[in-house]
Order: sequence, then C-alpha cells, then structure tokens
Amino acid sequence: MTENNTNNRVVITGMGIVCPLGNDIETVWAGLLAGKSGVARTTIFDASTFPTTFSAEVKNYDLAKYTKNPHLHKYSNRGSGFVIGATAQACRQAGIDLETDQPTDRIDRSRLGIYLGAGEGSVDNDVFFDCIAKAWNDTTGQMDWGRWAQVAFDKMNPMLELEQEPNMPAAHIAMLTAARGPARSCLTACAASTQAIGEAMMMIRRADADVMIAGGAHSMIHPLGLTGFNRLTALSTRNDSPETASRPFSAGRDGFVLGEGAAILILESLASAKKRGVEILAEVIGYGSSSDAFRVTDMHEEARGAIQAVTSALADAGISYRDVDYINTHGTGTSENDSIETRAINAVFKEKAKDIPASSVKSMLGHLIGAAGAAELITCALAIRDNIVPPTMNLTDPDPQLDLDYVPNEPRKMQVDIAMNESFGFGGQNNVVIIKRYKEVNSE
Amino acid sequence: MSSARVVITGFGATSPLGLTVGDMWAALCAGRCGIGQITAFDPSGFSCKLAGQVPDFKIQSFVPKTYRKAVKLMSRDIKLAVVAANEALTNSGLITKGIDPEKVNIDPKRMAINLGAGLISCDLVELAPAVAASITEGRFDIRKWGRDGLDLVTPLWLLKYLPNMLACHIGIIHDIQGPSNTITCAEAAGHLAIIEAAQIIARSGSDIALAGGTEAKVNPIVMIRQCLLQRTTSENQNDPAAACRPFDADAAGSVFGEAAGMVVLENLENARLRNAKIYAEIAGLGQSSNINPAYEHLEPDGKGIRIAIEKAIEDARIQPKDLDLVIPHGTGIAADDLAEAKAIEAALGKAAADTPVWPTKSMLSNTGAASGALDVIAAVCAMNESKIPAAKNCDRKAAGCSLNIVTEPQQADIRYALCCSYTYGGQTAAVVLKRA
Repeated sequence: MTENNTNNRVVITGMGIVCPLGNDIETVWAGLLAGKSGVARTTIFDASTFPTTFSAEVKNYDLAKYTKNPHLHKYSNRGSGFVIGATAQACRQAGIDLETDQPTDRIDRSRLGIYLGAGEGSVDNDVFFDCIAKAWNDTTGQMDWGRWAQVAFDKMNPMLELEQEPNMPAAHIAMLTAARGPARSCLTACAASTQAIGEAMMMIRRADADVMIAGGAHSMIHPLGLTGFNRLTALSTRNDSPETASRPFSAGRDGFVLGEGAAILILESLASAKKRGVEILAEVIGYGSSSDAFRVTDMHEEARGAIQAVTSALADAGISYRDVDYINTHGTGTSENDSIETRAINAVFKEKAKDIPASSVKSMLGHLIGAAGAAELITCALAIRDNIVPPTMNLTDPDPQLDLDYVPNEPRKMQVDIAMNESFGFGGQNNVVIIKRYKEVNSE
Repeated sequence: MSSARVVITGFGATSPLGLTVGDMWAALCAGRCGIGQITAFDPSGFSCKLAGQVPDFKIQSFVPKTYRKAVKLMSRDIKLAVVAANEALTNSGLITKGIDPEKVNIDPKRMAINLGAGLISCDLVELAPAVAASITEGRFDIRKWGRDGLDLVTPLWLLKYLPNMLACHIGIIHDIQGPSNTITCAEAAGHLAIIEAAQIIARSGSDIALAGGTEAKVNPIVMIRQCLLQRTTSENQNDPAAACRPFDADAAGSVFGEAAGMVVLENLENARLRNAKIYAEIAGLGQSSNINPAYEHLEPDGKGIRIAIEKAIEDARIQPKDLDLVIPHGTGIAADDLAEAKAIEAALGKAAADTPVWPTKSMLSNTGAASGALDVIAAVCAMNESKIPAAKNCDRKAAGCSLNIVTEPQQADIRYALCCSYTYGGQTAAVVLKRA
C-alpha cells in the first residue's frame, strides 16, 4: 500500500449547515452567540400524545435553492435533502464547482472524496404503518406475509424505500459535485460525523484524496425515532417549556432534545488549498477514536473510552492537554453523559480542566444525532475565527457534582487557537477531532 | 514515514453455505448452491421467493456465559456477526476476553473493529401489536400510537437496530477498545470496512483489527424493497440453484441472502512476532463513486468501479497482468453486470481476456454488506489452495461481456487477486490481495 504522509497538513476551506437555528453558517452562528433556542413543539408529525412533544426541527428549508437539478433529488428525505444545502454552501465557500461537466476549480475529480456520518432515513410512515396494520392478524398474533406483500407492492414507492439507506446522502453529494474520489459513509450513532471527519482527514494525510467533503446528515424526528428514544427514556420530557428543555450540565437536566440537520466541512490538503488560492478557515490537527467495550446501554463508569479517544487525539495532534483553549462537549443533557464526560475531561486535563471553557451547543441546537459532531466542529472553527466561545444555555441550576467551566448562559470573548470537539455514541463509540487556527509556519 | 504492512491472519464466515469458512469453501469447491426457498417467513406473495439462508445455529453457544443475557438485544444481523467474529478470532490464534478471559494475549486498546453493516430492518412481528393498538376506524392513528402503541414497544427496541451495535456487541464480548467504526455503504460496505481497518493499521492506529461485513437480508421489509426495485429475479423459482446468474445471458435479477464475513487484519511485524499463520497480504486499496441519476443502478460504463480497480492496482504497485484472479461484485442484475464487466475490461486492458473471473453470488447469494467480506475470504482460500472453483450459472455469457469467467474448476497459481464491489447509492471499492 502507499505510504502514510503525516506531513500532509489538512485544512478546512468551506463549511455549510442546515440545522434548527438556521440554514446558513452566519445565521446559525449569530443565533448560538445570542443564546437562541431551535427547540419548539414538533410539527413534522403529530407528536402531541408522545411522552416528548417537542424537538429541534429544521425550518423553512428549500432544496431547490441549492441545485439546478431538483428532479435528481426528488426522492430525498429530510437527512439526504438537508445535506444538499449544506454541501452546496460549503462548496461555494471553498470554490468547488457544482453540477458541471467542466469544473474550473482545479480539483481532480478522482481526488475529490466524500466521507459522511449519515443516518438512515425515516420509513415512509403512513404507508409503512398501514401495511403492517392490514397484514396483522390480531387473533393469531401473526403477520400475514402474503397480505403484507400485496399491500406493500401496491403502496410502497420503490425510490422512497431506497432513499432510507444511510449511504444515500453520499449519493446525492456525488451527483451534485461529480466527486469520484474515495467515498464512505459511516453510522456510529451520535459520534458518526466526528468519525467521518477524522477518517476524511486521514484520507488526505494518506494522499488518497486532495479534497474531502466531510460531515453528517440525519433526522430521527419521525414516529419510530421518537418512539425509540422515548422508550429508552433518553429524551427530555419538559413539555411545558421546550426552549429550556435542553439543559446540559444542569441539576435539572432530564435527557436530550431530538434535533436534525446536516453539516458539511470541506477538508483539503494545504498544498491544494494554496494551489487554488482559497481562504483557509482552520487546520485539522488531531483525531482519536475508541470504543468503551463495556455495555450497549451505558457509558463506561470511569469514562475509559472517552479518555482514550481524547488522549489519542491529543497525541495525534502532537499537543499537550495544556494547549487546548476550548472544548465543544458532547454535552447531551442526559444525566449519565454529562457526568461521565466531566469525569473524562477532569482525568485528561488534570489541573487545567477547570480553566478550559467547555460548552454544549446542544443546549440550543438540540441533538443532531449523526450530524451532531460536524455541526459542533463548525462552531469550533467559528470560535477560532471570531475569538468567541458559544455558551451552554439553560444552565441556571448548575449540578453541584459537575465542576467545569461550561460557559453558562453567555458567550465569552477570548483568544481561541485550538479547539477540541468531543462526540460519544450509544454502544460506547467515542470520537474526538482537534482543530487549530491556521498559521503558515507551524511552529510551537 | 513508511506505513506498516497489513496481513490477514484469521477469518470467519457465517453464510448460506455453512457456519464456518471451511464449510463455505468446501461447498464452493463442490459447486453447491446456498440458495433455496425462503423459510424465515411465508414468501408466497413475493415476486422472488428465494434467498440464501444461514443454517440453524444456537447463538448461546457463541457467546460467553456472562454475556448471554444480552442475546435478547441482538437482531439477526448482530447474531450472525457474533458467530463469524468468534470463528475469525479463534482461527487467528489471538486470545481475546471472549475466547478465554484467563489467557488474553492482545492489548485491547491496540485492537480496532471495522464492520460493514446494512440498514437493519426491525422485526415487524415485534412492532405489529403496537401498530394494532393504534388503529382508529381502520387507519393508523398517530395520536393513539403515542398514547397506547408506544408503550407496547419494548424499552430497548431501538438498540437492536442501530447498525453500530454489531461492532459494539462484538467489542464488548472480545474487549476491543481501539477505533471502532461501522460502514454503512450497503453492498460495498464489507470491502470498505476492510479497507478502513487496513488503513488504520497502516497508520499505526492499531496493531490488529477485526474487519468485515454482515447483513441479514432475509426479512420481509428488505425483501419487499429489493422486489419493488426490481433487483430480484422472478425466474427459476422452482430451481433455486439456477436462479442467480451473474454475467449470464439469462440473468434476470439477483437473489438476496444473509451472512457475516470477518477477517483478522494484523500488522505484519505483529503477526511475525507471534508466529501467526499469515494467509495473505492486503496489497492495494481503491475507492471511488458511481455517478448515476438512476442511483439504484451502476452507471452504464461502470466508471466508478473502473477507477476503484485502477487505484487498487496502482496502490499495489503491480500491473493488471499480475492479477491471477478477479472476484467481481456480479449480482445477476443484467444491466449492472454488463456495466461492471465493461469497467473490469477497461481497467485490466489487454490482461482482461486472460484473467480468470469468478463471481460467487450464484452460490452465496447477494448478502449485501457481507458480500465483499465473503469474497475476500473466498479469494484467500483460492490462493492458499491454489484452486479456483467453478462459477455457477454462467452457461452462456451475456452479450457485451467478454470476461474470462471460470466455468470449470481449475488449478491456479494465484499470487495476486482482486475483489471489487459497488452499491446502489454509488460507493465502489476494490482490494488487491497478495499471497503471503
């Protein structure tokens, strides 16, 4: 196999987002700094009788704004549709031509790749439930599969069924950008898009690609998604106050708030970015991945996996824990995550732990599941750009057991040169990516 | 910095041709077909009533006593993966916590797991009572579901169907604490997972990795989707062994199935130090994308698969003529097979006419995310046995396909083998293996 080349520096040259606080970077960033909430009563379907009646939905998204060929994407669902907007924005910023056979952006298409942490699409709800209902025999407690097949053949749309596959967002990106480089899609629950970005960086370091379209897309705001999380009692049920329901690190936190969206970053080798003369937004310097190997339902009590992921990301970046200026936490607002994540940060950052601002934008965005890590890494890049750290909102009743600086309720102006993003997923998936203010000469 | 060499030191396969690699290889050599009438559910209303089904097994015998309670959280996909992982690790000689907790000889933090997984479909029988409790005047009533139906869904329901749960259960059983990823690129996922695992070892992210793919497609939802997309054959329903016909003039669609394929990848130095049996080396890797507005199909000239093959050959620093075996994706879907044949012919150039091509899905069925891993294992077996079994059901090559399909078993000295795959949605992959 070809050789690794860790001297290939990897930079970010474009970003795009479609999320509950808006459908472009600047609107979302302004919302986060203003402490706005993207959470409200669920409108996508009637959730009024569910244990949780609210969520963080994407609003006013119009796919046709981003493509000349909306017919190519007409079967897209929420996740695979949002990714088109996020990709189009990111490519525009990075100067990557879309929907053309003759790109002039000086990127060899066989060296333009895709790596997404993308979720499955919702089932075609009305049809799906109707097929089951019609085929179920209540007396025998059996499904009549002949009847099932008959109803399904009659009612299901083949392309809407296909579109539920988790690799479909990548299919849409390939059509949009003509990318012919390495293409992968992964799904490691809530840690997926951080993993995708980390592995995409590795592809550029390995010189398998010059440019990677990396990030995530997911929506689980649908009846089965909400059912699944409600049954796991993972969601907040603060139905009387949706905007304040996402309360990471607070004493009154009672679960996360389901969100949705897509977030895309353009990763590029420094050489390619310089050759093309595009603006460099930040440098990606470290990635760490681990698994708890503990329980499918719980995180490891001593945060074993989280500590390993952070430690290996720091080692990969070649920096000390003392060098990190800001941590964008996974901070879901579940009792377990926030205390174990705090334990992990204390273990790795030792005497410096309480001095490093560590906030959770999930307090405003909700939890974008597969897309969460990418959206949060974008906020890290913006924190570096503007030297300001977004707050953890709704932190009005701090948990006395949790002792870090979570940047409560107000953004903070401060110098940010190195920022770390943490993502943890069900089943013990831990992924961490570290980015840094870009400097021509890399000397520490 | 030069990267580490990566070798295969173990494998496991739970397939329609048996519960072990040995069973699978023996059946492939004997020309036995793993496809039959679907028994998992009554398929009479389906346009394709055939599938490749794994023989019965008791999952409890593959799970340590301390972990048996967790079996109830395992969907079919997870169970198949657990069985194949057990074989692969045992076969490698590595001792994990799941093999023997007293004699562990791996560093859990230096072991990775990368699996390809499918879109796991829920068990409708499990969901149906909740749906039945949510009907108002003959129609599904979402408000009633929220009030009454939802509580009938078992609390940990969601965890059975998250694709990463295959890797998580196996990781817990065998105490694998290094990088863990789940690649969800449908029929290309098995190869892509193996590629990623090899790259992690090459960059010293781990010393060992369990890699491969698993998918259980014999499920009414999955099957109906494939029927609806017209990817299944409705021919030869009474002659299952003749149903799946990759590259054949009478190809009329694919037959789907269930399987798990796992390989143990290892840093060459690590393998040598412990005197492990080395089955093959991962010599070259390639990836790309198809771009096709009809993204349920491969693009007509197969450009995305051609690029992946060319990159893998280049990565291995060999010439097309050095390849002694190609295992193509070959699904039995005529348009896709033709596009793939064109891509292989274009990538191999003059060498295409002489290079033996051995499609396996006529016997193993199309096992989705598992298929690439099964093919890698089959290629390694062929290398080590110096033998290429016959491809079944390619009696008369399809018009436009000039590949050298192996229709009679042959002795072969195989130094380099290529496996490739593609999927609806576009991702493509190619792996070049080198005999150890």
